[in-house]
Amino acid sequence: MANFYTDNKDLKFHLTHPLMKKIVALKENNFVDKDKYDYAPVDFEDTMDSYDKVMEIVGDISGEIVAPNAESVDAEGPKVVDNRVVYARGTKENHEAMANAGLVGISLPRKYGGLNFSITPYVMSGEIVARADAGFANIWGLQDCAETLHEFASDEINDEFLPKFNKGATAAMDLTEPDAGSDLQAVMLKAHYDEKQGIWLLNGVKRFITNGDAHVSLVLARSEEGTTDGRGLSLFVYENDQTTMSVRRIENKLGIKGSPTCELVFKDAPAKLVGDRKLGLIKYVMSLMNSARLGIGAQSVGISEAAYREALEYAKEREQFGKPIIQFPAVYEMLTDMEVKLKASRTMLYETCRFVDMYKAYNLVAETRTLEKEERTDAKYYQRLADIFTPLLKLVTSEYCNQVSYDSLQIHGGSGYMKDYPIERIFRDARITNIYEGTSQLQVVAAIRGVTTGGYLKQMRAYEAQELKPEYDYLRRSLIDMTAEYEIAVNAVNEINSKEDNNDYLDFHARRLVEMAGNIIIAYLLLNDTMRDSENEKFASLFIKKGIVENREKSLYIQNFELKDLGVFKKQDF
Amino acid sequence: MKGLRIVVLAKQVPDTRNVGKDAMKADGTVNRAALPAIFNPEDLNALEQALRIKDKYPGTIVTILTMGPGRAAEVVREGMYRGADGGYLLTDRAFAGSDTLATSYAISCAIKKIGCDIVIAGRQAIDGDTAQVGPQVAEKLGLPQVTYAEDVQKIEKNFVIIKRRLERGVELVSTPIPCVITVNATAPESRVRNAKALMKFKHAKTITELQGADEDYIKMHDDRPYLRIEELSVADVEADTKWLGLSGSPTKVKTIQNVVFAAKEAKRLTSDKEEINALMNELLANHTLGN
Repeated sequence: MANFYTDNKDLKFHLTHPLMKKIVALKENNFVDKDKYDYAPVDFEDTMDSYDKVMEIVGDISGEIVAPNAESVDAEGPKVVDNRVVYARGTKENHEAMANAGLVGISLPRKYGGLNFSITPYVMSGEIVARADAGFANIWGLQDCAETLHEFASDEINDEFLPKFNKGATAAMDLTEPDAGSDLQAVMLKAHYDEKQGIWLLNGVKRFITNGDAHVSLVLARSEEGTTDGRGLSLFVYENDQTTMSVRRIENKLGIKGSPTCELVFKDAPAKLVGDRKLGLIKYVMSLMNSARLGIGAQSVGISEAAYREALEYAKEREQFGKPIIQFPAVYEMLTDMEVKLKASRTMLYETCRFVDMYKAYNLVAETRTLEKEERTDAKYYQRLADIFTPLLKLVTSEYCNQVSYDSLQIHGGSGYMKDYPIERIFRDARITNIYEGTSQLQVVAAIRGVTTGGYLKQMRAYEAQELKPEYDYLRRSLIDMTAEYEIAVNAVNEINSKEDNNDYLDFHARRLVEMAGNIIIAYLLLNDTMRDSENEKFASLFIKKGIVENREKSLYIQNFELKDLGVFKKQDF
Repeated sequence: MKGLRIVVLAKQVPDTRNVGKDAMKADGTVNRAALPAIFNPEDLNALEQALRIKDKYPGTIVTILTMGPGRAAEVVREGMYRGADGGYLLTDRAFAGSDTLATSYAISCAIKKIGCDIVIAGRQAIDGDTAQVGPQVAEKLGLPQVTYAEDVQKIEKNFVIIKRRLERGVELVSTPIPCVITVNATAPESRVRNAKALMKFKHAKTITELQGADEDYIKMHDDRPYLRIEELSVADVEADTKWLGLSGSPTKVKTIQNVVFAAKEAKRLTSDKEEINALMNELLANHTLGN
């Protein structure tokens, strides 16, 4: 009986972080639901017990249904029949199991049929599902759209749409178009208000839409005629009537084949406006993308977990030169490096979740009463942290997930290149994680703010001041040195950049600086994890050993780099 | 069709499917402490059949009945997470040491007490593999029994139509209600646990489990009667102790042998008919195939 939650004690470790007490207190708002809903928790312990037991259901379905289906889903994939998407058999079975278990809408309030779980267990469910099948994790993770509706849509829309989710409705976020990929300001799909009918109608084409034929879609559309930038875009919710929107084709992808990537045509499709006009991209989609990035972080960690386990299993069983290959230094070094990256990704993932949880929970409380001054400060504090941690998380976990699956395939040798082992699928699935929901390059563009505003540095100092077991102080000393080195590098780049009339110099070094910050922050998180489980010393110390060298390389590169070197890189003719 | 009362017999068993080195004690008995306690797999198939009847005929009440020590109440809760309405724990020191005959006597007494239209049980439990309890319960209650059931297809005018899985095919039978059905592992697997049902029923407790709970918790139980798992003792089911426990159990285990199948040699055959015939004869002769 495979259970992808109970067989991984790391998950419970992160689920039971001390900050959960505060998160639950806010989320359950004095446990007001306990007399209204028979499944609502009565106190903190009860809530945590429910989180734990429900994660066990997710782990059970993932281990017993989703994972065994992954191979056939990858081979079969979805199809388009009469302009509609037909899921692979296994995908359908996976979704039905999740819906029958009452898990869809896991973070929605109970009044909409949801479970009112905080973000941390919700994201954890995404990690668990992604370990079983990364493609299915997209269909699971798109319930983010319900969160976005809940946050920004009117009560009327919420009352109509949100209860559909717990009954099994799927969702899609229809953002990109043939000429609007990373640059969403270029979205052209048109929304016009039909005075006669008193409704909005959508017309145009969307491309690369994950799960495009979903029951409920959030559509980014140009509502302001004559505009060309992001300020002319609004967000709409469309309920699939199977006639006004059709699926023209689905893409033939390298990986995550179970997840249908659709080209959609809207013809006078009736839709409802979410929130206010003109805020579609600049406010709602930005928020949706942040949730989605957290989701890709979870997906990346799930894929890393799967890849690491495949490699470990194979290395134990495969014998060469008279012994299992796991006994060779070249192999066990790779395995341990993979494990360190996995632990690093995970601790970063759940730290970010908690930040998001904190400010979102405050926002919900703010709907029922005015927040105290301290509470408002606290909410702001966590929102700022969530803003700078989310792109860093997406960057780091997706890159690690690619590295871990690459190394896992390498450990499999020639067999890994064959279709005979799951690793070839995991390897293909991993490749999308640092591309979609904003490429790694775009995560750097978002994360560099954490460098230039000093946000990361401030957080490093906060971690530095945290309580630590004295025997691990030697690790903290290394991190203090790394922080000083990081500051020097940031100042060096800023100094040259400030003399220029554009930001090219900063942009050029941005990834280096962001990754330096990432190494220090993650190292602190791993170090902090030793407070609750000293087994983490191993991972903290190994991570720091590598981090010192990586950061030194980057800082040396920056030190030895001059403005004129930028010209050498630049492709002059373009 | 009005709703039916269905009792599902479920047993808590040690998980013998993934046994480690310490699964057996030196004396050849099962080391229960080393194995996780689970819902007997074929009883889950039985539960699914009951829940499907409930889906089809609204108003049907599905009740779990389990016999065992106090911790077996977990099986009742597990059934409730999947859709059962409630359950009973048949527990008493006088049951200790019961073989299948004494067990089926105790269970039949409990069923008489609870009352029901259909009893559904798994074919057999993975710890004893006897497949005797279900049929013996039917005999003791004087009810018709359908074994090896794979699908309860429909219920019409007090008759149940059932598909049975036999060695060489399937058979459709009809039986009057009340009746006893035992379900095969080839029947559809149980539905998954429902998160809301789990959060609702995880507090379901027997009176023994509630001992020592704080006042708030007891108050919650008083306010929510559906959280009570009824405990039944020998006295509650009006059973005669002479048919229970060791005195009621004619089965005595003489010895238990640990048989480890350890053949490792490999043989290479061509597709020659004679060679294959010879191999078949050899496998039949050493009882690898057949009986």
